[in-house]
This record gives sequence, C-alpha cells and structure tokens, in this order.
Amino acid sequence: MSILVFIESNKNEIKKSSFESLSYAKKLSKLISSDVIALTINCSEFTPLGDFGPDKIISIKDKKLELFNAHNYADVISNVSKSVSAKNIIISDSINCKYLASLLSVKLNAAFVSNVVSIPNSTKPFIVKRSTFSNKAFCEIEINSEIKILSISKNSIGLNKSKSKPIILNSEINFNESGLASESIKVSSGSVSIEDADVVVSAGRGLKGPENWNIIEDLAKTLNAATACSKPVSDMGWRPHSEHVGQTGKPVSTNLYIAIGISGAVQHLAGVSSSKVKVVINTDPEAPFFKIADYGIVGDAFEVVPKLNQKLKAFKAENN
Amino acid sequence: MKILVCISCVPDTTSKINFNNNNTEFDNSQIQYVINPNDEFGLTRAIWFKENDGAEIDVISVGLDNSDQILRKALAIGADRGFRINQEALDSFQVAKLLSNHIANNNYDLVIAGRESIDYNGGMVPGIIAEILNFNYVTNCIGLEIIDKSAKIKREIEGGIETLHCRLPLIIGAQKGLVEESDLKIPNMRGIMQARQKPYEIIEDKTEEIKTKTLRFEKPESDKEIKLVSPDNLDELIHYLHNEAKVI
Ligand SMILES: Cc1cc2nc3c(=O)[nH]c(=O)nc-3n(C[C@H](O)[C@H](O)[C@H](O)COP(=O)(O)OP(=O)(O)OC[C@H]3O[C@@H](n4cnc5c(N)ncnc54)[C@H](O)[C@@H]3O)c2cc1C
Ligand SMILES: Nc1ncnc2c1ncn2[C@@H]1O[C@H](COP(=O)(O)O)[C@@H](O)[C@H]1O
Repeated sequence: MSILVFIESNKNEIKKSSFESLSYAKKLSKLISSDVIALTINCSEFTPLGDFGPDKIISIKDKKLELFNAHNYADVISNVSKSVSAKNIIISDSINCKYLASLLSVKLNAAFVSNVVSIPNSTKPFIVKRSTFSNKAFCEIEINSEIKILSISKNSIGLNKSKSKPIILNSEINFNESGLASESIKVSSGSVSIEDADVVVSAGRGLKGPENWNIIEDLAKTLNAATACSKPVSDMGWRPHSEHVGQTGKPVSTNLYIAIGISGAVQHLAGVSSSKVKVVINTDPEAPFFKIADYGIVGDAFEVVPKLNQKLKAFKAENN
Repeated sequence: MKILVCISCVPDTTSKINFNNNNTEFDNSQIQYVINPNDEFGLTRAIWFKENDGAEIDVISVGLDNSDQILRKALAIGADRGFRINQEALDSFQVAKLLSNHIANNNYDLVIAGRESIDYNGGMVPGIIAEILNFNYVTNCIGLEIIDKSAKIKREIEGGIETLHCRLPLIIGAQKGLVEESDLKIPNMRGIMQARQKPYEIIEDKTEEIKTKTLRFEKPESDKEIKLVSPDNLDELIHYLHNEAKVI
C-alpha cells in the first residue's frame, strides 16, 4: 500500500504547500504503515524533498505537461496512482490541486475531501476533520471509498522534517491529451500571490481611496507580503478582484494577517480567520475585528502604517 | 445554445452557524437561504447569453422543498425552466451523479456551476460532473465568451490570469469577476409574476454513489484575548510578532 503525494513545482521550485502535503503523508504513513511516494512533474531538483521523508520519488518529464492542464494532470496522477496501487493521495489546497482533484476522484472512483485540517483521528473507519461553512465551523467526515484523496488546508499541519534518501524513478506515463488548451498566462507583475504568501497585508474602506494604497504596498514590501483587500474595496475598483479575500473571495490561511481599516464583518472574518496570527489596525476600538485578532492597535492607519513600516525596516535590517 | 445553471441553496452569509443534536445536525431554524453567491455570478452571465444570443436557460438544484423558493428566484431573474431533484444533498458525488443524469438527457452546450458552495466549500461538484460526462472543465472562471460552439475562458490562477479555449460542451466553476457585483439582478414584480408561469419540474431520481458521511460538527474556539498595543509603542508590536508569535 502506498500514499502518493503530488508535488507542485514551478521551474524546479517546489511549492511550500507540497512540503506540507508530504509532512501530512509521513504522519499518515505511521498510522496505516504505508510507504510514501512523491510524484513530481517536470521537476529536476529533488534534494529539498528528501528533508520530508518520502521513500520514493516518481519523476515524470514530458514537454506536453509543461503548462498545467487539469485534465492532463489528473490523467497522469491517476495512471501513476494505479501503477503503484496508491490508496491515499495527498495534495495541497491550492487552486490547481483542487481543480484537478475532482476529475481525479472520478477516474479513481475515490472520495475527495478538501480543506482537511488534521491527521485522521481514526483510520478504520477513516475519519478526518475539515473546515466548512467558510471557516465558521469544522466537520468530521467518514470516508467510505477504498481510495481517498485528501487536500490539506494550508498551514494546518505545518512542516515536519524527517530526512530520507528516496529512490528516484524516472517514469514515462501515457495520458489522453485534453481538448482544453491554454492560450496565454498573464502574471501580475512582481508581486507575491496571496496563496503563496506567509504574510498578507490587507486593507479596507478605512483607507479612503486607491491613491492611499502606497502605504499598504510599502508595508507589504518590507514584510515580503502579499496585498489583499476587503470586498467593497475590490467592488469599487480600488483594487483588483484577485485581492478580494473573505467568504466570497479568496480564503487566506497564512502565518500573519494584518488587517488595516477593515471593520471585520462576518463575511470577511469567515475567509481569513484560519490565519495563524492576526493583527488589526483600526481607529474604532469597537470594530469586530478586535474580537478575533491576536494583536491590535487602536489608531489611524495613515499615521500608524508608515511608522510601523519604518520600524520594521530597521528591525529587518538588524536581523538579517 | 442551451445552458444549465446548477444552483446550491446556502445559508445567507450573515448567518450564525449553530448545530443541534450533539453537534450532528446543522441548525437551520434561524437560517435564511439564498442562491450560493458563486452560482449567482454564473446565473447572471447565463442571462446575458440569453439577452445577447438567445440562449435557453435551465436552472437546477438537488435538494428538498426548501430549495423551491431559491429556484423561483432564479426564474424571476430570467431563467426559463426550473428543475429540482428531490433528494437531500449529502455528498458531492451523490449531487454530481444526480446532476449528471439530468445533463446526459438534455443536450446542454454549457453547464454553469459555482467555484464552490459557501456552506460545504467542497469545490468538487462541477469537476465530478465534467469527468463523468467527458465535458471540458474550467473552474475559478472569471471570463467566458462563446462563438460558434467555441469557448474562450479566463481563469484566475495563483498570481495571475490564464486564458484558455476549447470546444463545447463545457462546464465552468464561476466566481466573482465572471460578472461584477453591480451586475447582479434583483427580481422585479414582473419577473416574479412571470416566474409563476414558467415550467418547473420535480425530478425523482436517486443514486447509491455516496462516498462520505458527515458525522459531526464543531465550532472554532471562541474569542481569545487580544493584546492591545499603543500606536506610540510600535516596538512592542514588533517584539510580540518576533518573540511571541514568531511570525517575523
Ligand atoms: C453576500 C455577501 C458576501 C460578502 N463577502 C465578503 C467577503 O468575501 N469579503 C469581505 O471583505 N466582505 C464581504 N462582504 C461585505 C462585508 O459585509 C462588509 O461590508 C465588508 O467586509 C466591509 O469592508 P471594510 O471593512 O473594508 O469596510 P467598513 O465596514 O466600512 O470598515 C472600514 C473600517 O475602517 C476603519 N477606519 C476608518 N478610517 C480609518 C483610519 N484612518 N485608520 C484605520 N481605520 C480606519 C473604520 O473604523 C471601519 O472599521 C460580503 C457581504 C455580503 C452581503
Ligand atoms: N445541491 C446542489 N444542487 C445543485 N447544484 C449544486 C449543489 N451542490 C453544489 N452544486 C453546484 O456545485 C458548485 C460547487 O459546490 P461544492 O462542490 O459543494 O463546493 C456549486 O456552486 C453549485 O453550482
């Protein structure tokens, strides 16, 4: 029996969430005594994977898989799973992984459970906890299919190092090429994406207008953070939709979330509350965000943010 | 062009989430149900296809009779025919299988679902349908144009936007951006009156395809103590973030 972990990489750089998937698989392997197989696609840098304990790496290199295509990738993962008789497939909660997982689940006749936040508390029956109602609650799910696909909620398990010397297997896999073709990819210039960021600096209507976002961007730059915003801010066109976070926007589960001039409406909190540490900066001490934050500053963003940025810059300079 | 919009009926976003029966059941006593927001963006896009290209629009939901009012609203906004598959939605596979049965019998060119439902947050139903029926599938969809059975689709990716194309049939997972918030339609009196005359069918169908079971619920830990820092003492915040929270 094997646990298969799909590793996402981009030009040999492995995504941090894939290390978390491996950490999860390693923990699971102890409960069900399986070996852990990492599957890479068009990746040549395997060393970092060895820090997280896979027994084997299956490496697939194929020009036709250079661009992500959910149909093609699902077919590849399905064929590899079958070839190693994987019973558990672990992926991250990234946009692409969730996209391919539903396709994969049909190919393997497997259950797919997304937003998983913990190691199973029982494996017979197989029961895992996932977040639901946009992070307003968790639920325990019993999975009854023989093959299971779990996508792991970012930062819920954390990274757990365990060194191994995996065997590397170069493998060739046939797949059916999908009729869905990519034309172009437009990357937002130079910024950190919300999905990948360890720190997110988010701002709301309290900022008064798009012309004031320079203080947010400066702070984000200092912290190597992604910028995000509340829904009205993107609805008014102050910031792009891709920055809208919350129940109807993107979920954020980052290490540090800084909310500036955001009141903390339920729909906003629903999407960001699973972030580890939350800081709020708001003039109104009654703003609901203060109820769920770890640290708070009652103050004017236009004074606090530039000052905080200066101090953080000095701190970073000293500590690097 | 024939379009089906899959609608999930979800608690209004302001709802307080509570559970009954030892946390094994969702407490729906105080709950207002609405069209899942992602599905509403999809529905609006479908209505544009109707207005501009004369598309025909069906709406469908898997659920019990509390979904009827939601489907009626979709008809009042502009859909042509409503269907409800009379089963309690228990699992994504089950819902997707039931929807697939209907789609297989109705020759849709385009199926529009939401990126995810805001209650279960599975993000799975449209993908499962796509694979069962061998449709092309694009989720996180923020743009869709169709000319002569060819679709051009924009999809949000991490840190950017991808443009794709394919032939129909296609199923998408819609989200905000496909249309804007300000484009959403509120049913008017005329629409509501017309909706009463529109075909509405209750389908009896079932499936054994259930792979998961929700056992119980749990709410996150309640409010924790916040540490307030004075705006004149920002070094203290940096100290906390570095030494206590260890996030910088
Ligand atoms: C169906 C539905 C779905 C929704 N989904 C989402 C979602 O996904 N994400 C989301 O964010 N919202 C969502 N909302 C909207 C949500 O209800 C709130 O309206 C929104 O989050 C408020 O945004 P805000 O905090 O930026 O603005 P406001 O609520 O107007 O808050 C602005 C805050 O800034 C503070 N402020 C003002 N001046 C300053 C200053 N100089 N310095 C510091 N602070 C200042 C104020 O005290 C106030 O707390 C949704 C709503 C609905 C109905
Ligand atoms: N019970 C249902 N009836 C009809 N469509 C549904 C139902 N549940 C989910 N869907 C569709 O599938 C999408 C994704 O749902 P989910 O997989 O539950 O996150 C929703 O946005 C709907 O379009």
